[in-house]
Amino acid sequence: MSGIALWLAVALVGGAASLARYLVHGLVEPLARGRFPLGTLAVNVTGSLLLGVLVGAGVHGDAYLLAGTAAIGSYTTFSSWMLDSERLARDGRLGAVLVNLGASTGLGVGALLLGRAIAGG
Amino acid sequence: MEREPDVDLLEEPPAALAAPVDSRELGAIFLGGMIGALARAGLEEALAVAPGGWPWATFAVNLLAALLLGFAVSWLRAKRHGLYARAFLATGICGALSTFSTVMLELVRLQEHAGWGLACAYGMASIAAGMAAVLLGIELGRRRAAAASRRRPPVAPGAAG
Repeated sequence: MSGIALWLAVALVGGAASLARYLVHGLVEPLARGRFPLGTLAVNVTGSLLLGVLVGAGVHGDAYLLAGTAAIGSYTTFSSWMLDSERLARDGRLGAVLVNLGASTGLGVGALLLGRAIAGG
Repeated sequence: MEREPDVDLLEEPPAALAAPVDSRELGAIFLGGMIGALARAGLEEALAVAPGGWPWATFAVNLLAALLLGFAVSWLRAKRHGLYARAFLATGICGALSTFSTVMLELVRLQEHAGWGLACAYGMASIAAGMAAVLLGIELGRRRAAAASRRRPPVAPGAAG
């Protein structure tokens, strides 16, 4: 794929992945009834699983740039994870802050390793 | 109880699910997502690191996105037409500029190539600096909004055209 077409594809895929994040977040977040930022956790863990599958399958080069960096990278979010944690802290829910930070990291790494193992990496 | 009309996107109540799809909001998210993804992918390609090296590109975009997100939500909180700006800046740009999955992959690769020490340092530095960045952004947004309202007093409730 040529330079301009590739980067145009990166942008379009990133935009579509952002809509997917918004959709999944909106579907999952209400399940916790405002008690925990479950939507962000859901996109981040499912995205980590998918990225693990890509890596395990040996996807690299332009295909990785599009499917890994542009799609899954845009689908998952670090900034909302931080903002969610700040809100829990501001509400004085320090236990929930630690769970959000620790469980996200633990489940994220676990999901990535699981995906990589499934795909044979 | 009446709902605040200008609720935060990231604090969307369950009732929002029943709301009709707002194509302008989705367009704003898509456009912001394009910009965020391009910026992150460009920096990742330009600053590619060897396995076991500190992932500077991801570290930088995540902190920048956390700062911008904190600023956007506190600055736009007081705005009457903040929905599309928030969709564009917060959900679109910040969401796509930052990434969680790549951090997870980098943690695994750092542990495999450089050991637990560097992997733990990267994870903890990302979280600590990310929290500091979002707090700084919130404070900057608050000051920006306060300065704007001093220059131009807010419209009285009900008086808006």
